[in-house]
Amino acid sequence: MKVLVPIKRTIDYSIKPRITREGDGVATDGVKMSINPFDRIALEEAVRLKEKGQVEEIIAVSIGVADTQQQLRTALAAGADRAILLVTDALVQAPLAARVLLAMREEVGADLVLMGKQAIDDDANQTGQMLAALWDRPQATFTSAIEIKDDWLYATREVDAGLETIAVELPAVVTSDLRLNEPRLVKMPDIMKAKRKPLDERSLESLGIDPPPMLEVIGYEAPVARQGGHRVESVEALVDELKQRGVV
Amino acid sequence: MTESRDVMNYDVVVVGAGPAGLACAMRMAQLNPDASVCVLEKGGEIGSHILSGAVMDPEPLDALWPTWREYPPEVFVPAGRDEFLWLSGARARRLPVPPPMRNEGNVIISLGSLCRQMAEELERLGVDVFPGFPAAEALIEEGRVVGIRCADMGVESDGTQGPNYAAGVDIRAGVSILAEGCRGSVSKQLIAEFGLDRDASPQTYGLGMKELWQLPEGRGEPGLIQHSIGWPLDSSTYGGSFIYHLDADRVYIGFVVGLDYEDPSFSPFEAFQQLKHHPAIRPLLEGGEIISTGARALVEGGWQSLPRMDMPGAMLIGDSAGTLNVPRIKGIHQAIRSGVEAAEHWQSQSDTAGFDARFRASAGGQELRRVRNIRPGFRAGLLGGLANAALETITAGRLPWTLANRDDAGSLRKLDEHPPVDRPWVSRDLAPRDRLGSVFYSATSHEESQPVHLHVMDPEICVTRCAAEYGNPCTRFCPANVYEMVEEQGQMRLQINAANCLHCKACDIKDPYGVINWVTPEGGSGPNYQNL
Repeated sequence: MKVLVPIKRTIDYSIKPRITREGDGVATDGVKMSINPFDRIALEEAVRLKEKGQVEEIIAVSIGVADTQQQLRTALAAGADRAILLVTDALVQAPLAARVLLAMREEVGADLVLMGKQAIDDDANQTGQMLAALWDRPQATFTSAIEIKDDWLYATREVDAGLETIAVELPAVVTSDLRLNEPRLVKMPDIMKAKRKPLDERSLESLGIDPPPMLEVIGYEAPVARQGGHRVESVEALVDELKQRGVV
Repeated sequence: MTESRDVMNYDVVVVGAGPAGLACAMRMAQLNPDASVCVLEKGGEIGSHILSGAVMDPEPLDALWPTWREYPPEVFVPAGRDEFLWLSGARARRLPVPPPMRNEGNVIISLGSLCRQMAEELERLGVDVFPGFPAAEALIEEGRVVGIRCADMGVESDGTQGPNYAAGVDIRAGVSILAEGCRGSVSKQLIAEFGLDRDASPQTYGLGMKELWQLPEGRGEPGLIQHSIGWPLDSSTYGGSFIYHLDADRVYIGFVVGLDYEDPSFSPFEAFQQLKHHPAIRPLLEGGEIISTGARALVEGGWQSLPRMDMPGAMLIGDSAGTLNVPRIKGIHQAIRSGVEAAEHWQSQSDTAGFDARFRASAGGQELRRVRNIRPGFRAGLLGGLANAALETITAGRLPWTLANRDDAGSLRKLDEHPPVDRPWVSRDLAPRDRLGSVFYSATSHEESQPVHLHVMDPEICVTRCAAEYGNPCTRFCPANVYEMVEEQGQMRLQINAANCLHCKACDIKDPYGVINWVTPEGGSGPNYQNL
């Protein structure tokens, strides 16, 4: 079985995002960029399935700026066998990403799309679900453990009541939660091997998928700075103040 | 437990992707395209641990990489007007700009961003650049450096091997180039092992802190370069500030303090924050916001403190040796020169012997020699130092003496020898509020479950002798609040907040008992500077 693992280039989780001076987006100059952490977890899971002999080939695919090569090289060092980069400077919204992934799945013939449940930049949490709908195949989202038996994939999900296990028939879309695994650290010899793995780069336009954007960005704003709190002397003072502010 | 350790072979291994190491690797690849060259870097990506002023004299980079301006760093502003200010508590007097501090033809850059561009050029030249792989130690066999051992990954805080454990790779190489910057941990190991500093004056250091600010529209003057001396430092403490105006109303503001200061109660971080509130500086920053902050020690010992730069199998370049030119407040051009010299020496001699003499005779070495007496002259105080600097500048270093440097750890006076200094400091309101607030903007992160990378060899001394004699100065000289004395069940104890560490190395230098040893943490840990 082949697995397709979508990789998104996002601002590193350790960086506090900043709005550009013009207010037209999030500043990325001089900012550390990384693989979206959920995608990194999905890739690790694919590698573990391959180590168990349940997967033959892992194909990483990304849609983004030319520099996304760096993240795909990392994905190759982390265990992907080959990578495809669809280059575009435009912001990619979930409906477009899902359509592109559908086409790429078909091109590489993958029976499993293993992807992050959401990207930490736009927090959309939609692409996997949309892809499953377009593909007309089952989806297992927010998975914290997966197991493949015959043509079925058993996925454990952390729900409010505890753990829920569902079975989906392959081919299917699976999205990873944070606790699916802890990705291994990339080793130096793997980085060297990754340099020789194929990285196919083409323009997004070459796919001929061009739906109009479905969302319009009105503006960007930083969160309002938190006003410092203050201590009150007694319960009575607290109640008084809450009443004054019309909260109770 | 037997461990499997990967071994990789290279002709050349360079430790540290700063200007010296990258220049050295670039020259190696230019001279011998068949040579296998790799560069190790502890930062998660190239440039994330790089911090410099930085006004660069571009000449050595122009010579090494003539087309570098086609790949400009994200901060790239031609130097404009120079201003040199003498601050008192309330006033700022403009002084004539000393000749070494004039910047015509120079450029203001983000050194981190320049290093990223250099590393990309290296990849095009076929050099392997490995960010996220710190050097743990040099491999020495029969009195010769034969390579570098990378730090292990996935070690738990108790020293055991975690689920992600991977033994660090051994890189065996014909020559190992140490380009770790100021007070490198492997360089420190080798300087001790080979006695490289036997004939040198003690190395002396400064601590630099820097912030990148976005100002309200229209307030910047792109290219303006301001330096100040005086307040908030007393005349016996060496140091000063820099303010460099970038484009788009951004400024770099920073402060450097000589780590030979004597007052055990002194806090370099607080002095920097006070400086920002000086009536001549505060109006610039008010209403702006901080983008990134950081701190880094720098070498100030110059010519007389240079250790021998070669040993069997390895060479020290850049600030691993200490090639910074203090009176010019510039080190990048010197770092690049030393890297280029090392590459040319190795490619022509296939031997490290003779590199020390070669560098000293080169343009970089001679530049250091000419200014060798200026920094130590400031031990006579600010006025004496300025007078001596003028004399040394007029005579171009031809006076027949060389002033010695002194060891920074030993310069700290004990509490009972140093009367408390009354510093009438203002209450502050510009960001950041405190050191933790500042650390936040450095985006530093360390995998929490790893062992503490700051080794205190004798923690007992902190509670007993140091507390009584010096009042635990580590709790003040660290710009990142890594060291704290906390009370636990009536007992004081040193707490090390290693996750805050900015890798500045001040503690390794200034601790009066020499018990703090800074080692490299797990790969990719540390600050994530943005355009510093």
